[in-house]
Amino acid sequence: MSAPSLSLSAVPTPPSSHRLSPQDLALLKKTAYELRKDVVTMVYRAKSGHPGGALGHLDVLWVLFAKFMRHDPRNPKWPDRDRFVLSNGHTCPGIYSVLAHFGYFPREDLWTFRKMGSHVQGHISSKHTPGVETDGGSLGMGLSQGKGIAMATRLDGRPSRVYVLMSDGEQQEGQTWEAAMGAAHYKVDNLCGIVDYNRIQIDGPLPQIKDVAPLAAKYKAFGWEVFDIDGHDYEQIYDALSRCGEVRGRPSVIISNNIPGKGVSYMENTYKWHHGSPTPEQYEQAMKELDAVIHSL
Amino acid sequence: MQLSIPSKEQAFTRDAYGDALAEVGALYKDVVALDADLSSSTKTAIFGKKFPERFFNMGVSEADLMSTAAGMARSGKIPFASTFAIFGAGKAWEMIRQSIAYSSLPVRIVLTHAGVTVGEDGASHQMLEDLALMRALPNMTVIVPADAVETRKVIHAVVDLPGPAYVRLSRNKSPVFLPADYDFHIGKATVLREGRDVSLIACGQLVYPALEAAEILHSQGIQARVVNMSTLKPIDADTIATCARETRGIVTLEEHNVIGGLAEAVSRVLAARQPARLHPIAVQDRFGLSGTAEELLAFFGFTKEKIAEQTRAFVASLGA
Repeated sequence: MSAPSLSLSAVPTPPSSHRLSPQDLALLKKTAYELRKDVVTMVYRAKSGHPGGALGHLDVLWVLFAKFMRHDPRNPKWPDRDRFVLSNGHTCPGIYSVLAHFGYFPREDLWTFRKMGSHVQGHISSKHTPGVETDGGSLGMGLSQGKGIAMATRLDGRPSRVYVLMSDGEQQEGQTWEAAMGAAHYKVDNLCGIVDYNRIQIDGPLPQIKDVAPLAAKYKAFGWEVFDIDGHDYEQIYDALSRCGEVRGRPSVIISNNIPGKGVSYMENTYKWHHGSPTPEQYEQAMKELDAVIHSL
Repeated sequence: MQLSIPSKEQAFTRDAYGDALAEVGALYKDVVALDADLSSSTKTAIFGKKFPERFFNMGVSEADLMSTAAGMARSGKIPFASTFAIFGAGKAWEMIRQSIAYSSLPVRIVLTHAGVTVGEDGASHQMLEDLALMRALPNMTVIVPADAVETRKVIHAVVDLPGPAYVRLSRNKSPVFLPADYDFHIGKATVLREGRDVSLIACGQLVYPALEAAEILHSQGIQARVVNMSTLKPIDADTIATCARETRGIVTLEEHNVIGGLAEAVSRVLAARQPARLHPIAVQDRFGLSGTAEELLAFFGFTKEKIAEQTRAFVASLGA
């Protein structure tokens, strides 16, 4: 992947409007599809992993890192940085591809995903991967951890914002709602949740296993500011992330309606691709489809 | 070490915790305390009153309590997370494993109301498995203070520990017998009384009855060494090996299930370093029941008389 011409300063200027220029939009999307190629390649080479969620939330994750997160790959522990907490740790190929893109570690490391001695573990681990803030794997703990980080940085008077990406399946975990209640109680307004609402989980379509709807109403009832968006519409993603930075006195959540497996036709909206790796033929097809989008932009 | 037996004074170790937490809070501005709606019982309320901006009541949400403390530790805070032992070490065990121990985050998990001496609340509140659960976690330091004096020193000692620590406290008042200048070091056991016939290695509330039992045994011609093994992990293997070498047998005493606690920690050292016969005095793999702390201590064989009796029989079984 060639170096992007998109401006990727460590401290991006806060967006002055809630709109993206057409040039920005095309470049963002192009890079997101390059990152999707990395995700599929990682899972293909590892012969295991969870491509569905990672491909589904990549657009919102990428816009967040490219345009909103204040971070510095040369100084990953910069105290004033914004924090990204991946609560659904199985979808880690997405964040690994983003971090490698920014140079937190060599892109070649991506191809060691899930292998012995790798910096990129099967589920995210702050011990192993530069730029990864927390550990994840067991579901439902990310919002509490993000809340703790946000409360601590607020105590220190730091400007940091904390973004917690969760799966929709995690909304079935009781701890998510313990954290939601606590974040509203303590008015943790530097905390922004993002729910990857892709409606699949391991055993099948989420509404059939244990429905979490109506999600927006639940968070509203818990005292949160809620943004309900199409997670593949860059204007909507950009707008929601801008607005959640302006909310005061309460935490905010972006319910990102995502297509699981987005970009790879046979994976899209198929719960079987929550986890699993493609055959060589399926891999070739995925690369072709993703390249077609990149070349069309 | 010269100890006053019988001890005149009784105190709550959790009171000592509350006071010590306020002390370290004054010394370190990054100390924060979190509780789960039990702050008046765990005594974190003392800290909360003094430093309201650094005290966070998570409500009845133990999972959230542990993971929030983890997040704060990641941001440079020095969190003390407290609730009852059953709810912290029990209900929130996986949060402690995944959010705290895996990354070796410096969260101080100080849990009260452990053991059978919780009393009348009964088996549901009598945590007898916490030492097994916490010992099994990599990176975790496990400490059981013997009295209020040691509790205060433990809290001061864990405040700048780089990794996580579990400190186990009780509900009831217990004798204050360690001198004010008592020296506590994480991972160091203290020989409180010398003796060549048998070693009583105890932790927590059973250290004092072990000392009393040693007095009884002395009058019967048995010289018992008494060791306060307040740190269960990392355990003081040298002191255990010395006891095994210099005395004829080891008795362990803990207010915990016989599985996974002090007895097993000690037996592992004996098996690897210096073989010796071991008699564990502990709860014998059963749940508790309602009663006063005193009644329960007697029921489970933790009184000085019963400890002396069991030790005498054990020494007799060792042969000439």
